[in-house]
Amino acid sequence: MIENRPFVTFLAHLTVITGILIVAFPIWITFVAASHDAIRMTQVPIPLWPGDQFLINMKQALTQGLGGAGGPPVWLMLTNSLITAMMIAVGKIIISLLSAYAIVYFKFPFRMGFFWMIFITLMLPVEVRILPTFKVVADLNLLDSYWGMTLPLIASATATFMFRQVFLTIPDELLEAARIDGAGPMRFFWDILIPMSRTNIAALFVILFIYGWNQYLWPLLITTDPNLYTVTIGIKQMLNSAELTPEWNVIMMTALLAMVPPVFVVLSMQKMFVKGLTETDK
Amino acid sequence: MLKRVHFNTKLLPFLLVAPQIIITLVFFFWPASQALFQSLRIEDAFGLSSQFVWFDNFKELIADPNYLEAFSRTAEFSILVAAIAMLSALLLAAMADRIVKGALAYRTMLIWPYAIAPVIAGALWVFMFDPTLGIFVYALDALGIDWNYKLNGGQAMTLVILAAAWKQIAYNFLFFVAAMQSIPKSLIEAAAIDGAGPWRRFWTIVLPLISPTTFFLLVVNVVYAFFDTFGIIDSMTQGGPASNTEILVYKVYYDGFVGLDLGSSAAQSVILMAIVIALTVVQFRYIERKVDY
Repeated sequence: MIENRPFVTFLAHLTVITGILIVAFPIWITFVAASHDAIRMTQVPIPLWPGDQFLINMKQALTQGLGGAGGPPVWLMLTNSLITAMMIAVGKIIISLLSAYAIVYFKFPFRMGFFWMIFITLMLPVEVRILPTFKVVADLNLLDSYWGMTLPLIASATATFMFRQVFLTIPDELLEAARIDGAGPMRFFWDILIPMSRTNIAALFVILFIYGWNQYLWPLLITTDPNLYTVTIGIKQMLNSAELTPEWNVIMMTALLAMVPPVFVVLSMQKMFVKGLTETDK
Repeated sequence: MLKRVHFNTKLLPFLLVAPQIIITLVFFFWPASQALFQSLRIEDAFGLSSQFVWFDNFKELIADPNYLEAFSRTAEFSILVAAIAMLSALLLAAMADRIVKGALAYRTMLIWPYAIAPVIAGALWVFMFDPTLGIFVYALDALGIDWNYKLNGGQAMTLVILAAAWKQIAYNFLFFVAAMQSIPKSLIEAAAIDGAGPWRRFWTIVLPLISPTTFFLLVVNVVYAFFDTFGIIDSMTQGGPASNTEILVYKVYYDGFVGLDLGSSAAQSVILMAIVIALTVVQFRYIERKVDY
């Protein structure tokens, strides 16, 4: 505290609390809507205070999904989201650890060429090349499969860059010592580099998990089989059917269930999350 | 780049880079080159025949008033999203920076919208502004404002901008807070001793010193508004009503997958690629000469 100005401090608290209320209001409305029955959710004005149907709605969403729409139950969609998010996060971390290791610790032909090839992928999000990438996936017979939903998203440079940065800060003496003790390249990688970059791996995992969980356009194009729908696709399908039979209580319950895993990851690993965010993007 | 002490194994490094290089080649270079190639051709909707037409697809796009409109719409959309998300985050960060007690709790409460998927965010906002049920529509109605974003293009645009900005505030807030905390306290204290009040200090010290972060965030927010908002648009308005919220990335998707105009969609992809590359280059050049305090 630099000076004591009670009024300014009060103003600061007031602004931040107002900000929080505005930011959180949509979530509150979602929670309220998820705790009333379907009939109450068709009466104007909709309630602002939670009802008593929360667990019943949760059970219906998880086991049946939206009644009339015939979509898959939400637990299946959550499982699909979890599988794809884990595949994307773990896949990205593994391939970028390996390639960053090769680029920093080995001298081999085309080293810089490979580096630039990876670097360029930093620039192009999947959204700008959807059509040809879709064609490639179709030609490889990967439509309607977890691999088709994840592999094209695994190709990215950010993680490789971060690990390269981390490896460059590790002192040379460690490698010299490991060599004197007779460790080969893979031994050095497993026993020294991986343990030393543990916190960075965790930070990156948080970011990539959220990235994978929130994917929408790509899984939407790749899947036609409802059993492979992720929860982001499921929400969209429910919104479509909301035009005819609004069951907002179930839709909002699904939205709530879809938010829980990534929000939980962010809040429980907040320090890692902030570290991952500020270090991968810069 | 390379470590002073390194390995000279012949085969191993190739095996180590192989997974990433293969994925990059198959899912990145090949499709990107296909997009370039495709953008120079026209194909009939059944994919039976195609013809090399040089830059006709691009010429057609530039002459197409719909495309130009989508272009200016996207510019308007991304500028407004970036401005709203950054200004509100800056205000919150400046205030949060003053707070000592409970700062972490406040931060926790502000950052979680970051974790919400754009589609889900869209669903929440659609629900709040649903023409018949929405809680805000009820309130607006009481004020005598007729709200129906499904019919009114301007209202639809306002709604997607608000939803997109809402989701991005958390991200900007974190970066602004981190930047403000890295300003040495002695600078602020010296200014306070010289008699500068909080407002003056913010304008003359804090704001100039966080300008690299502000610039970085501007680029990130514009890129976000350009590409990551697809889910928001698709769940809220599907580009409608009457293309009033159809931004470029949505048009690429729509023309390619729904309209099946492959050549035009590919040409649009190429233009988008050029925009992203330009933004990335600008960002890197700026970060290279990052200001040190």
